[in-house]
Amino acid sequence: MMGAQREVWVFVEQEEGKAAPVGLELLGKARGLADTLDGKVCALVFGHGMAELAEKAIQHGADLVFLADHPELEVYRTLPYAQVAIDLVRERKPYILLLGATPIGRDLAPRIASAVGAGLTADCTDLRIGDFERKARTYRDLLYQIRPAFGGNLIATIVNPEMHPQMATVREGVMSLSKPDATRQGTILHVEPSFNGAHSALQVLKREIRLPSVDLKNASVIVAGGAGVGSAENFQLISELARVLGGQVAASRAAVDAGFISHEHQVGQTGTTVRPRLYIACGISGAIQHRAGMDQSHKIIAINTDPHAPIFQVAHYKIVGDLRQVIPRMIEAYRGVRDLGEG
Amino acid sequence: MPYHSVVLVKQVPDTANITGQAMKEDGTINRAALPAVFNPEDLNALEMALRVKEAYGGRVTVLTMGPPRAAEVLREALYRGADRVILLTDRKTAGSDTLATSYVLKCAVEAIAERVEAWDLVFCGRQAIDGDTAQVGPQVAEKLGLPQITYAEEILSLGEGEIVARRALPLGTETVRCSLPCLLTVVGSANVARPPNVRRMMAYKLAATPFEYPGLLQEWPEFESEETLDRYLSERDQKILVWSASDVGADYGRVGLAGSPTKVLNVDFVALGSSDSKEVEESTEGLARMVQELIQDYIL
Repeated sequence: MMGAQREVWVFVEQEEGKAAPVGLELLGKARGLADTLDGKVCALVFGHGMAELAEKAIQHGADLVFLADHPELEVYRTLPYAQVAIDLVRERKPYILLLGATPIGRDLAPRIASAVGAGLTADCTDLRIGDFERKARTYRDLLYQIRPAFGGNLIATIVNPEMHPQMATVREGVMSLSKPDATRQGTILHVEPSFNGAHSALQVLKREIRLPSVDLKNASVIVAGGAGVGSAENFQLISELARVLGGQVAASRAAVDAGFISHEHQVGQTGTTVRPRLYIACGISGAIQHRAGMDQSHKIIAINTDPHAPIFQVAHYKIVGDLRQVIPRMIEAYRGVRDLGEG
Repeated sequence: MPYHSVVLVKQVPDTANITGQAMKEDGTINRAALPAVFNPEDLNALEMALRVKEAYGGRVTVLTMGPPRAAEVLREALYRGADRVILLTDRKTAGSDTLATSYVLKCAVEAIAERVEAWDLVFCGRQAIDGDTAQVGPQVAEKLGLPQITYAEEILSLGEGEIVARRALPLGTETVRCSLPCLLTVVGSANVARPPNVRRMMAYKLAATPFEYPGLLQEWPEFESEETLDRYLSERDQKILVWSASDVGADYGRVGLAGSPTKVLNVDFVALGSSDSKEVEESTEGLARMVQELIQDYIL
């Protein structure tokens, strides 16, 4: 490490000057990693008019902020962002570089990794520092990049022993967001981007942001229906139970594909990953893709006519039965218990 | 004006239909029990390229990198409308991570431009269902020095050396204009891929790589020898072109395990069973007890 302190870099993604939560989460995680390594946390803040965000990065754990403030960087575009990041990486040779596993992070990270010849692990759910032995050689203090693989059946730990920076994108919401500390001190380094002309290959003509009407991520109770619900009419039972319990309606891919409900309700690998307090899976067989999106729920109730449905492997409460009978009874039971409790 | 396209596709284990048999007793994956399929979003990429061809003219070349068996997805591409297919197969590329993979693919895409046909567009699926990394597309783009349009959902126009396309993002859409040539990674919502065309299935029934000649000879003994079969297929444009990594000028130091900076430290099987699970009677009383418990535990 040639005497210099090892640097843990975090790309702080922003939209109109507002940091993506994952960027701030990563600063907190990077702080922990840097402390273990006796190193520094550096934030990459790119955009236009980002002074405030640079301060915020320091409050969330950065020692040093590389602030590239330039009109060309106002709206995210791959080439100018990659160019600034690649130049910085080549110049300072960070030990670790982390990005959020967001559409922007997943667009940008491979571009940087390819240019600097670094290893990159996608969509990590945990990061640690540890040693690695290979061919009678021990590599000390590497970044363990931990990610689910094969639809969540396996957890793989990946390391990049030699070609640094060690790069990873990290899933949103898995690292806890630490409280900002307004007393933290840090340095803001202004970076003057040098664009070579290639950056103008792509222009953004129009952006249309639509707010999701379904908020599964923040729901504490989710009632989800699968192919076993049978029809769009039967799906109203799912909605009814969700309404009574004050929850949100979700669905498996099979139910979405069958046209019972729209895609924005889909939970699973190609939908939303959820972690509610209670997840009620109704008529969902429990393909791995679905389980990967909900198996971290605090409590899981599964209702299925097939006692061997894989969903029962992750359920805390197993109800073998027809949801058309079970759901109305559950609503009745809930109302009964609530009435007694409140009366 | 015609636009020529290269589509990068991958044959993947069908993780969408993993059943109990796919996991061995020791918790490792029994790959043999998983059927191999055309990576779903690569089908969307192929469909997008075929629609460009239909709207503007041009030819579609499909390239895959994988074991000899991956020729299966190339035949599927022919059945759906691809003009040409190429199999890049080389034992030395085994164990390649995304960086090494993108390097070999970059060499192959350049070889297509030099030896087969210059291209305007490179398409790939956004990600493959066996790894879900979404890294290879952007890495190939970087290595080719191309701009990239990730999450591409629709091509709105092509012309004057430019493409206008819509990207589908979780929170909305973005319309971009980009100079050609460029690389697009295509999302599943882009289109519904056409099914194999029956006439083309007949036409390309025998399409094969030399690796597959022994099997074909068993099925069609009238060809008698690999030489006659080879001549027959070559004359009819049914011989699938096969390249090794060195054929496309790849440096073996940059492929396979040697060219892959990422190493797997270990892999843990995730136990699926939940620790405390109970059977609940489906009677109103049974359900009421469960509800009571959930309320006591502050779950409801």
